[in-house]
Amino acid sequence: MSALLELRDVEARYGPVQALHGVSLSVDEGRIVAVLGANGAGKTTTLRAISNTVRRSGDVLFAGSPLGRRGPEGVARLGIAHVPEGRGTFAELTVWENLRLGAYTRRGSIKPELERVLSYFPWIDDRRHQQAGTLSGGEQQMLALARAFVHRPRLLLLDEPSLGLAPVLVTEIFRIIRELNEREGLTVLVVEQNAHLALQVAEEAYVLEVGRVALSGPSVELREHESVRRSYLGY
Amino acid sequence: MRPRLPALGTIAAAAVVLALLPFQLSGYHQALAAQVGIYFVAILGLNILTGYSGQISIGHGAFMAIGGYTTAIMSRDHHTNLILTMLMAFGVCFVFGLLVGLPALRLSGVYLALATFALAVSVPQLPLKFSKFLGGSNGIQSHTVVSHQRLYATAWAAAALLFVLAWLILRGRTGRAFRAIRDSEVAASSSGVTLPVYKTLAFGISAAFAGVAGSLYVMATNGFAQPNEFGVILSLQILVGAAVAGLGSLWGVLVGALFIGLLPTVSKDVPLVGSAHGQDVVFGLIVVLVMLLLPTGFAGFLARGARARIRPQPGRAS
Amino acid sequence: METVETPQPTLAARGRALRGVLRPVSVVLVGAAVFLAVGSLQSEIFAQQTVAGLAQGAVYGSLALALVLIYRATEVINFAQGELAMATTYVAYQLIAWGLSYWEAFFATLAIAFVLGVAIQLLVIRPVQHKSVIAVVIVTVGLFILIDGLVTWKWGADIKFMPAPFGQTVYHLGGVAIARQDIGTLLVSILSVILLWLLFQFTKVGLGMRAAALRPAAAALVGVRVDRMLAVGWGLAAVLGAVAGLMTEPSQYVLQPTLMQPILLYAFAAAVLGGLESPAGAVVGGLVLGVFLNLVGQYVHAITSELRLPFAFAVLLVVLLIKPAGLFGRRTVRKV
Repeated sequence: MSALLELRDVEARYGPVQALHGVSLSVDEGRIVAVLGANGAGKTTTLRAISNTVRRSGDVLFAGSPLGRRGPEGVARLGIAHVPEGRGTFAELTVWENLRLGAYTRRGSIKPELERVLSYFPWIDDRRHQQAGTLSGGEQQMLALARAFVHRPRLLLLDEPSLGLAPVLVTEIFRIIRELNEREGLTVLVVEQNAHLALQVAEEAYVLEVGRVALSGPSVELREHESVRRSYLGY
Repeated sequence: MRPRLPALGTIAAAAVVLALLPFQLSGYHQALAAQVGIYFVAILGLNILTGYSGQISIGHGAFMAIGGYTTAIMSRDHHTNLILTMLMAFGVCFVFGLLVGLPALRLSGVYLALATFALAVSVPQLPLKFSKFLGGSNGIQSHTVVSHQRLYATAWAAAALLFVLAWLILRGRTGRAFRAIRDSEVAASSSGVTLPVYKTLAFGISAAFAGVAGSLYVMATNGFAQPNEFGVILSLQILVGAAVAGLGSLWGVLVGALFIGLLPTVSKDVPLVGSAHGQDVVFGLIVVLVMLLLPTGFAGFLARGARARIRPQPGRAS
Repeated sequence: METVETPQPTLAARGRALRGVLRPVSVVLVGAAVFLAVGSLQSEIFAQQTVAGLAQGAVYGSLALALVLIYRATEVINFAQGELAMATTYVAYQLIAWGLSYWEAFFATLAIAFVLGVAIQLLVIRPVQHKSVIAVVIVTVGLFILIDGLVTWKWGADIKFMPAPFGQTVYHLGGVAIARQDIGTLLVSILSVILLWLLFQFTKVGLGMRAAALRPAAAALVGVRVDRMLAVGWGLAAVLGAVAGLMTEPSQYVLQPTLMQPILLYAFAAAVLGGLESPAGAVVGGLVLGVFLNLVGQYVHAITSELRLPFAFAVLLVVLLIKPAGLFGRRTVRKV
């Protein structure tokens, strides 16, 4: 399995503040990889560096070729779906319009995708014309996932999907992520503060600290790692 | 940025230039130089409001109209000394500015811009309605008319005085309050700045300046105050002048005034589009180009230059 | 999947509140419509002024819609919208002078207007739009002066004559004189608004434009080319302006460079009345303003014709002071 995504020595800055100091990671096709770390470690910035919504230097390679100076639109068109913090849903538009936007870069009919989406999220069918902003937090997160799925991306970037959700919902969301990965072969790079859950779902993980990769490896190993257990798993 | 008073030498040199200039210029050019002085005062006023206290106004033509009509009426009815009418215009417009500033407290941004725009459109139309007192579309003729030379002297004396006044106001506590309001109203009020007082005050001062400019404007047009002199275009010109000057800078105001005062006449002489209508094309084009190239105005350009000079030496930690 | 009870976010409550707010506004509008109908049945002059007011209001509404389209997407008030509309009307004039029929020139002008709008956005607005809102506004002011100068330079300031699209016929319906021109203006304006609405609601491009206007960052992440959408938006706004210009000219009988200047001002008032963020509000605001001004001009003797414009602005001021968000607006004025 080749690396679908590769970051080589990526640096990123917000104005004069440097957030990433040379991050290298790779994501193989068909896998779920997690990025863990405390607040401010640079997890979100890493995803932003990929979709080029932050000033970055260093190489980001997708399917072997560098992303170069493509803006977020170009990155999306290549088949990378980025679900940002706050989900990026259009609160003022309807559920259905949000889904249609997911397919914005697709040509031709999206009917099969929409049917597949409804099989994962059947409640959407009844709520097509509801304003997305009036959905509950969990529903919005699921809508964001659904929208990303309609995109038919090769790579899904998920930023803190568990944020602000009740534990039951979080489990549900991660179950769906795993299902999408197993049944549809979706490659996922997920950023999470909830290390416990992330390590259960992802096959490997990177731990960021202060903008650098401090640890990496298969989840099973990281789960047993002393510092990971103390800092992120709480025991 | 705190207003900086330049070295005494520069001031002295400027004063000498200003004093000697009229003797070098023909009457026509004196009038032109006086126009620059008038715009200087108006733009200075707008800059205090928009550049320093952050409240947008596209309505300064209205205040100029009030000031101008004050002069014309007092001169026509009571033969008042013109300098005195300027002081009256200052006072009257200060009060009007406060009156406008009060409801303006409830508005901000584009809404405030549109409200002041409404003023700019409506106020000059009032003489048409109250024609008996305000002269209707025929306007009001002042009793006294000034020569080009006297106009020049009055305009620039007023400009100099008001510049110093602005500098004094802005360097003190009032100026700090204004800048705090511009940067963040929430932060300002939680630091103890009483927003309503200072915001209304900014409007009052700004309007007073515009009133003086209006007064001079009427004097410049042979003492004749007419409604369409003070239309929307004038308010837009003042705004453009302030933007070219660079909001928040006292020195850019001079450049802005030169821009608005001289460009229309200079562009008339451009051979390519020499007709009277061509000047609008050139003027419009240059406004667009200036904004594209110097979006922070001339003052921003100056600031960038200053920053470049004080950049730390290589090798030192930034 | 089992549904789990989670505390509803405030947005759901806001949704309900919104529907609550809309109801009083709808009530007021329905009441106004009833008032107009009753009045028209009672008095011929009332009916005439209402119809004429609706036609004029449709023009205000078209231009106001153009303003709102651009404002919603970029927070910029395009001061040059009226002059651009006027310039495209002159383009139509020139096409007719070169031999095209009125309606051929009409549609050709709409296409040219679209291109002009896109070109202006690409060449002049895009370089400044990320810098500051004031800079962009000043650029539009500069464009105002530039376009005005260009038109006067090329065609002169003297009056020109254009053929009337709907003729001079006046219908008489039970004593009420209704000009064919007014009906035509209303139909054309409403039709263009409806077509635009269809574009926005049911096409992919329209959805992309709405997304780009609402949340440009999120739109970029789904692959919407936000910059391109902005350019298209300017193009469409220019088309609306062209429609407004072409429909204004017949009512003024002559074509001259000052054609759209008062219309722009009324369009501002209409846009504020309807709510700067609301396209529907712009159109309704225009219609309401047109009828209201006509009726006031007819029945309130203190408001003579030269006070029409200041009165419209008095209305604008009142709206700004009482409910700055306008009839249909939602956003609060102060963003803390």
